[in-house]
Formats: sequence, C-alpha cells, structure tokens
Amino acid sequence: MDIVKSKSGINWLKYASPKTFYPLAGQLIPWFSVGAAVLIVYGLYLGLLVAPTDFQQGEGYRIIFVHVPAAWFSMFLYLLMAGYAILGLVLNAKLSHMMAKSIAPTGAMFTLVALVTGSFWGKPMWGAWWVWDARLTSELILLFLYIGYFSLQSAIDDTNRADKASAILAIVGAVNVPIIYFSVKWWNTLHQGASISLTKAPAMAAIMLKGMLIMALGFWLYSIAVILARVRCEIMERDSKAALFRQDI
Amino acid sequence: MQWHSFQEFIAMGGYGFYVWSSFGITFLAMAIELLALKKRRQRITNMLKQETV
Repeated sequence: MDIVKSKSGINWLKYASPKTFYPLAGQLIPWFSVGAAVLIVYGLYLGLLVAPTDFQQGEGYRIIFVHVPAAWFSMFLYLLMAGYAILGLVLNAKLSHMMAKSIAPTGAMFTLVALVTGSFWGKPMWGAWWVWDARLTSELILLFLYIGYFSLQSAIDDTNRADKASAILAIVGAVNVPIIYFSVKWWNTLHQGASISLTKAPAMAAIMLKGMLIMALGFWLYSIAVILARVRCEIMERDSKAALFRQDI
Repeated sequence: MQWHSFQEFIAMGGYGFYVWSSFGITFLAMAIELLALKKRRQRITNMLKQETV
C-alpha cells in the first residue's frame, strides 16, 4: 500500500474497489461522451468534406476514415482486454475481470465494423467482397475469439470461474493480434501495407492523416465512455445489495 | 471544401454506394451498442427497484 501511495500522494489502489470506482466512472462518462461526439463530428468533417481525392483510389478511399480507426480499436481493445485479464488473474481483482468483460462487446463491434467496411472497400477496389488473405483471415479469427470469450463467460454459471476461464482464453488469443498487425509484412497479402508506421513517414497527405487520427481519438473516447457505463452495469448486477448506487435508481 | 455540388458529394465519384454504406454501418453499429447498453441499465435498475419494494 505504502509503495503505491508514496510516489503520487494518491492511493491508486483505492480505485481498484468497485465501491469507489462506480461513482468515479459515473462522473467521467459525460466528459468522454462529449469529447467523443465533438471529435467524431470533426473527423467526419475533415474526412468527408476537407480531405482531397486520392490519386489512386478516387473518392472510394474515404472508407478508411471509419475502417482504419475501427480496425485499430478491434486490435487495441483486445490487447487491453487481455491486459485486464492478466491483472485479474495475478491480483485476483474482481474489478479487473469486470473491465475485461466490459471491453469485449465494444472490441467485437469494432471488429465487425472493420470487416464489413473492409468488404465495402474490397468490392470496388479488388472486385471481391471477401478474399482469404492473411490480413482478412486473421481479423476474422479475432471476431471468433471475441465470440468465444462471450460464450465462455455465459456458459459458466459461477462468476469467479467464468472470469478465470475467459481470462485465460483472452490471454492465449492475444497472440493473434501481432499476427493481424504484421500479416501485411509477413505474407504477400492483397491487403495494402500500413499507411502509418513508427519507422517511416506516413504514406498519405497530412490532412488525410489528421482526419484519420481525429476519428481514431473519437473512437477511443467513445470506447472509454461505453466501457465505463458497462462496468457500472456489471457492478450493479454482481452486487445488487450494495448501497452505493441506490441513489441512482 | 472538395465538392462543387450536393449531388457530387452524394455520388462520391461513383463510389457513393460503398462509401455511404461503410459510414452508415459504422454509426449504426455504434448506435445499436448504445441502445443495448441503455436497455441493460434499465433492466437492472427496474430489477433493483422491485427488490427494494
């Protein structure tokens, strides 16, 4: 306890308890929601009205303003879920398991969006709604991992056992995320390579990049708001006797 | 601003169907998620209310 306390003066472990987390999450949700709405509207404005036509893909490229952020968060949220699953197992912290469980639906939603919008890009550009390319296939496997995670959660009645079993599935499945990310490098895929990487200058106009990053940030704040709201539901469901949210009802 | 007319904006250089479907599906998915979450919260609060009574 003291180690955690001494550095920042704040006892961070306090927020690991559902009792203190519930009202804190409630206070944060409106801020993240407003931030998400503002950024998404600005991202749409940049992506649909300001960004120039792509010289190779014409106006069809504009799909990336939703496709790429959705694909990023399908992967990032999976890793975040696996991270909370590890925390849950190591610290035996209930709130961490609740976080992992609450991240999964949003991650799955973005995975589905990435796959479907990718199809709508593939049809005009490649001439096919779907190809068994390494990038597409590994992203489909990601969707199945999320579905497997939900199924396992709901198949086991005992909450503690359901949390532990699904945490293990989440952690093992995390190996798929680097496979998705590097698939365009490791295999000769139809899917184009990364438009943005840490080592090279972005292969796109600055305004396109800006629109995409703003949209991604909007999706991030949206995800946080939704996940916090879902954790609150989870806390209420698991501990319906607690007095802490009685004033909300 | 990239567009000279509203028709041009809707047509998206011939990619209109694909572009608008993608944007529509993305925001529809998010709306469905928000709605489902709202319903879940209502279900729980109703249940807790009944317990209190």
